[in-house]
Amino acid sequence: METTESKIQFKPESLAEIDRIIKQFPEGKQKSALIRILHIAQHEFGNWLSVELMDYIADLLKIKPIEVYEVASFYSMYNLNPVGKVVMEVCHTGPCCLVGVEKLIKHIENTLNIKPGETTADGMFTLKTVECLGACGYGPMMQIGETYHEKLNIEKLDNLLSVLRQQNS
Amino acid sequence: MGRKILLEKTDIENIHTYNVYRKEGGYSAVEKALKKMTPDEVVEEVKKSGLRGRGGAGFPAGMKWSFIAKPEGVPRYLLCNADESEPGTFKDRFLMEKIPHLLIEGMILSSYALGCNTSYIYIRGEYMWILRILEKALAEARQHGWLGKNILNSGYNLEIYVSPGAGAYICGEETALIESLEGKRGNPRMKPPFPAVKGLWQSPTVVNNVETLSSVVSIVNIGGDEYAKIGLGKSTGTKLISACGNIRKPGVYEIELGLSVEEFLYSDEYCGGINDGKRLKACIPGGSSVPVLPHYLVTKTAKGEQRLMTYESLSDGGFATGSMLGSGGFIVFDEDQCIVRNTWNFSRFYHHESCGQCSPCREGTGWMDKVLHRIEYGKGNMRDIDLLVSISKNIEGNTICPLGDAAAWPVASAIRHFREEFEWHISEPVKCLEKNYGLVKEPILEV
Ligand SMILES: Cc1cc2nc3c(=O)[nH]c(=O)nc-3n(C[C@H](O)[C@H](O)[C@H](O)COP(=O)(O)O)c2cc1C
Ligand code: SF4
Ligand code: FES
Repeated sequence: METTESKIQFKPESLAEIDRIIKQFPEGKQKSALIRILHIAQHEFGNWLSVELMDYIADLLKIKPIEVYEVASFYSMYNLNPVGKVVMEVCHTGPCCLVGVEKLIKHIENTLNIKPGETTADGMFTLKTVECLGACGYGPMMQIGETYHEKLNIEKLDNLLSVLRQQNS
Repeated sequence: MGRKILLEKTDIENIHTYNVYRKEGGYSAVEKALKKMTPDEVVEEVKKSGLRGRGGAGFPAGMKWSFIAKPEGVPRYLLCNADESEPGTFKDRFLMEKIPHLLIEGMILSSYALGCNTSYIYIRGEYMWILRILEKALAEARQHGWLGKNILNSGYNLEIYVSPGAGAYICGEETALIESLEGKRGNPRMKPPFPAVKGLWQSPTVVNNVETLSSVVSIVNIGGDEYAKIGLGKSTGTKLISACGNIRKPGVYEIELGLSVEEFLYSDEYCGGINDGKRLKACIPGGSSVPVLPHYLVTKTAKGEQRLMTYESLSDGGFATGSMLGSGGFIVFDEDQCIVRNTWNFSRFYHHESCGQCSPCREGTGWMDKVLHRIEYGKGNMRDIDLLVSISKNIEGNTICPLGDAAAWPVASAIRHFREEFEWHISEPVKCLEKNYGLVKEPILEV
């Protein structure tokens, strides 16, 4: 029989990891694993959460799709639209401003010709401004993937951009 | 040199590994508690220690523990708050990165004291690499028998797991944290019922900060009475302070409570003074939510006494001339920083982070953000200043959770102490720029 089942499927390693995470919660409380599963999903499927992907996760956790959507839309780390290969999340909260992050944001804007929230035409970089990431003493800083880049200045930033461009093209 | 307890061993190579931590005497507090003490005796030591919550509110930990309900046949939960999202605060991260077993040991002791068999560390999603450090350390602890069934043949069982958030300051509020850990949006709950009665999955729950739980290790090791001798008066023990802004040596420092603010700010052992030879303009001593202090109230109180790093001294003078120790996020402003701009920045932060459940917070933070933005960009009018004061008063005390207050206080205190600067922005924005009455010299980033 032909079904219209979606083709989305986690890698076997991810499924094993998800299984391990669900077991950390009591029977029937598997919904507690949702936030972490969404991180895994976003990582595995191109940095953003499509509706199909969220439906697949709802199915996996045996919860309603709306329960996934409302969580995905609440937390700022989830992208609900496609983004670039490299997402730069620059902290623009007070303490980072005290040590000059605004100049760096301007520099990124000028170098890549994008504003916060936008992606470069080649689909390489997305610039996001985010609130305090707990690195206030090591600012200016930004997060890319799981990595914190701290004590940035224009020179370090330019180097980082060219390394990232090489790695991702 | 100040007394160190939490960071005493963080310089030892590979202290993040089980073997080194154990060799340095780690887990001896668990041995002591599980072999020689009843859970109530552990609670008693923590009460005697005078330890106060290090997450921000400073509530006595032992007292909080004694409130936990103990209905028959219902599990109880201990949750470690590792959400650390208060601007200016980056101390818990330091502890977990450097010496993860200290937190785990503290959690075993605390879980034992509270009678919990499952405990969770809720960590902000951006700290994913720290989550991995913790999971590795937990696996080591489990492998060596400090977690699992029948720990040290005591009959006590415990599992500890780590669970991430995904970017939401509000999830640091304890009931929002619980909602988030249940896999929902982080909307704070109405209280009562308090978490101690109905928390995670409607079971009795205690939420404590990373640093609070880590401090329990030395309390069990040296005893509550000894611990209470460290520090000053009701501010017992040591505290981690994360210092940032325009200082020579930003970073995480452990201080014995009672140190003078002057020594902390100016001595080379700590902040090392203001950067680039500039003068001090202001300081927010306890994270973005607490009132700002103008330079003349930082090292001295309004009575002219030396200001100390204690819960009491930092709040001396109430909101008129004092502030709070809060989370220990110590933010320093040099003479060239703009108070209006920073106040607007923080208002934008709270507006962004409001969960939107109560209208005074949702609407009020948005309104303050908008009004401060127009003042900062030279488009305000004089009535705006009193408008801000009135909005902040209308938020304060009228919301489900304290985020509303946290948003209101910084605005009210900035206007109280720097009213002239707000007026300059309005009456003479151009001159303000030229004379650098706090406005940044560089072209301002339009947002
Ligand atoms: C908006 C808001 C954010 C908070 N964020 C944190 C946080 O990131 N970390 C923390 O430990 N406590 C935070 N708190 C305080 C917690 O609600 C709670 O009081 C604390 O975790 C209790 O632990 P303690 O008694 O050990 O300090 C926050 C409170 C509010 C209202
Ligand atoms: S005060 Fe603000 S953050 Fe707290 S519950 Fe109300 S709307 Fe949400
Ligand atoms: S303000 Fe940027 S990391 Fe805290």
